[in-house]
Amino acid sequence: MNDHYQLLIIGGGPAGLAAATTASGQGISCALLDEQPAPGGQIYRSIESVPDTRAQTLGTEYLRGKTLAAAFRESDVEYYPETRVWSLNNGREIGITHKSQSKIITADQILVASGAIERPMPFSGWTLPGVMQAGAGQILFKAAGVIPSDGVVLAGSGPLLLLLAWQYLQLGVDIKVILDVTPLSNHLFALPKLPRALLAHHYLTKGLVYQRDLSRAGVKTKIGASNLQAAGDDLLKSVNYRHLGREHTIETDLLLTHFGVIPHIWLTQSAGCKHQWDNSQQCWRPRHDEWGNTSIEGILVAGDGAGINGARSAEHAGRIAGLQALFELGILTESERNKQAKNDQKWMKADRHIRPFLEAYFAIPQSMLATTDNETIICRCEEITAGQIREAVETGHGGSNDVKYITRCGMGACQGRQCANSVAHIVADAGGEAVSESSHYRGRPPVAPLTLKQLASLTKENRQ
Amino acid sequence: MFKQLPNDQLEMVDILLNGEKIQVPLGTNVAAMTLSQGQRYTRTTSLSGSKRAPFCMMGVCYECLMVIDGIANQRSCVTYVKQGMQIETQQGVGSLPEGAHHE
Amino acid sequence: MNTDVLIIGAGLMGSSIALQLAMRGCKCAVIDKASPGRHASGANAGGLRLLNRDPAEIPLSLEAAKMWHEIESLVDSDCDSRFTGQLRVAENKSDMAKLEERASMVRAMGYQHEEIIGKKELYQLVPALAPHCVGGLLCRQDGYGRPYHAVTAFRRKAESLGVTFQSATEAYTIEQEGKDWKVKTSQGTFNSSIVVNCAGAWSGKIAGMLNESVPLTPKALMLMVTERLPHFVDPVMGAASRKLSFKQMQNGTLIIGGALVAKLDFKKEKTDLDWNQLAESAKTVLHFFPQLQEVRIVRAWAGIEAYMPDNLPVISASQKANNFYHAFGFSAHGFQLSPVIGRIMSQLILDGHSELPIEPFHINRF
Repeated sequence: MNDHYQLLIIGGGPAGLAAATTASGQGISCALLDEQPAPGGQIYRSIESVPDTRAQTLGTEYLRGKTLAAAFRESDVEYYPETRVWSLNNGREIGITHKSQSKIITADQILVASGAIERPMPFSGWTLPGVMQAGAGQILFKAAGVIPSDGVVLAGSGPLLLLLAWQYLQLGVDIKVILDVTPLSNHLFALPKLPRALLAHHYLTKGLVYQRDLSRAGVKTKIGASNLQAAGDDLLKSVNYRHLGREHTIETDLLLTHFGVIPHIWLTQSAGCKHQWDNSQQCWRPRHDEWGNTSIEGILVAGDGAGINGARSAEHAGRIAGLQALFELGILTESERNKQAKNDQKWMKADRHIRPFLEAYFAIPQSMLATTDNETIICRCEEITAGQIREAVETGHGGSNDVKYITRCGMGACQGRQCANSVAHIVADAGGEAVSESSHYRGRPPVAPLTLKQLASLTKENRQ
Repeated sequence: MFKQLPNDQLEMVDILLNGEKIQVPLGTNVAAMTLSQGQRYTRTTSLSGSKRAPFCMMGVCYECLMVIDGIANQRSCVTYVKQGMQIETQQGVGSLPEGAHHE
Repeated sequence: MNTDVLIIGAGLMGSSIALQLAMRGCKCAVIDKASPGRHASGANAGGLRLLNRDPAEIPLSLEAAKMWHEIESLVDSDCDSRFTGQLRVAENKSDMAKLEERASMVRAMGYQHEEIIGKKELYQLVPALAPHCVGGLLCRQDGYGRPYHAVTAFRRKAESLGVTFQSATEAYTIEQEGKDWKVKTSQGTFNSSIVVNCAGAWSGKIAGMLNESVPLTPKALMLMVTERLPHFVDPVMGAASRKLSFKQMQNGTLIIGGALVAKLDFKKEKTDLDWNQLAESAKTVLHFFPQLQEVRIVRAWAGIEAYMPDNLPVISASQKANNFYHAFGFSAHGFQLSPVIGRIMSQLILDGHSELPIEPFHINRF
């Protein structure tokens, strides 16, 4: 690994892979760093090694990753898998650890393609073993061929829930019930956005096919379910919910939930890139222009880490950001860049037609974003409840960061990834700072695991 | 809770899970392997002692921490099984290796 | 808004001064351009250290130590303070000689709080320490607290006595009209008989508004904190000849510091961590505790603090104007002094003099 590259790409999902392939053959020094052992990111996880039978269940959308990974493998970009990027600053210095050796490297252009994480959504009992995120269920299958053995309850809102249900159906998994917590009022709010969404109707068609197959197979879906609770003494035993005015309980040892995905902004945030609260997507994302430029010169973003647009868009955004980096490096002229980006821009624009509809349809209700159940744990690491957060606000700690200082909420191992969003909403609901650009926890590196030994390996004597 | 679909294409390795010797496919992530062995949790918290299990499976939630080859606080969902690996459920903060001995 | 005393800066010093003044019946308002404890007061390592103080600070620090041991009676909270001692470790004969020299100097001044311990006692005290060390200098009554908890406790107690705190209130100009002060801020004008400048790293700017120049340098000090660990060390650890400040908090996390300075853009209030220095620091920690190799760092940050050229604070009346006071420049060792600074400043303001010797900290020394 060099000490300096002209272009560094962080993340090996669709955006990162597409950017790398774009930068290939241009005579620049370019490297791609990724935490995983193989290309694909979360969406195309294990794409190169997945057995054929498993791949078929995952569908053509998933298989698309094969082409991307193959093109990347043929590129001349240096590839560093199992590499953790734990720091990035506005001087474009990157702290990394590869094979236990840490290093500070620099680059002229840095593309952060950090992808998304599932939106953490606290509810009563969500910390019990047996409650997992739907994406986790999918990763278990993609990466290890592991599926539920004694049935599963699926709950939440968003396209992934339906997709996972459909995939489980193909695998013969017993789906006890699907609890769709999307409020019925969302259907109404989303309606005006439907005509535009029809321009990208393949998404809608796909959803309808999944729904049809599930209902034909006799899978029950409870639309408008609410008051979701996971119950059990120390392990999940049952799920409680309300539907059509009645309380229900269903026994299960596995509940997979999904509440949409949000950009993984820890790296751009700790670098000091400007971020904004996106009200439509109900998340923070780095500010960026149409080429992926953030507020810091030479730092670009692409893919879901820049704002949620899905895997296909990520690929195009990655290419566009790659072209932009080549332009900044003097490899492409402005008109060459514009010309080469045209198709991708067109594609992205068309693909975006579906988003306003999806975002309105699957919007999480305020009552869930800022839970009023004071017993619910918000910070899983430090076991801080909603009540403790509200109490902190009432005693004069009016912002997320103040609440963090006084309660240790967000100070645990996950560094606030699981609670930043909820804390900001609860703080605002309790009369503190409104959810805004500044109400996210301040970025604090290292944003990936870094041990004292790995940090010490940066010193001159310890360098290999 | 979970089962692993059979796959004869993969090489098997021997590992120790909480002291029990088992055979699992090489390269499976430790969290998936643990869940498919019927273990319902991977750690207890240091504060309340409550049980926790893998939650996100993508390295961001830190719920799947286990003691792997004697080292506590390892994210089992991004650690992959190797021949001879020793994996244990983590109790609370886990333990530190013994310090160097002095007279 | 009209008040008797306007305090600029809602950090530990400002809150402590407000509390002591309120206890004596003064009407006080505290303003802060950000929020209480936003910078050095909230972001410091929380050391309660009498050990190795500058001789001029010892009388103040001794009094502060007494106050910390009874802090709950002052602010209704223990500020999460623990008195586990602070220790400087000697690794060889020359380290030991250095520590012995310091101990005898302190004894010669008539103080007993710093004591030399030999190898046997060192390892009884810190069995987890690497085996090569030979002794140390110990102050048993020292310890640590939680900085933001302390800021909060001081603030809340002061509020209960009628002090008002106003965040997001930046002082723009300070003018004297007759005997009274007019302070124009981002949230309107404050009229006050007395103004106290305890604006931390921004105190130089405030003093500048009176044309009172002070050689203050803002610096950003780095700290890192680890994940929770099993309990393995009691005293706060320093070393005779290495940059080290290291403590295990009650909750099991380890706080690692040692006067490591980050890059700072003071105007933008942006700090940039220097990983090479932090790496040296990690190496030093592993030198003393090799069993911590696999311990994960959860956060690193830098707090913006005011440094004076002699590393001593300014605690005095202004030289330029009446009814204006300064308490700033604590140069990264103010946390322990904070309760006593409140008392000193309240005496200075209300009685015209302090019971404790504060001449060495006069602003006229520059």
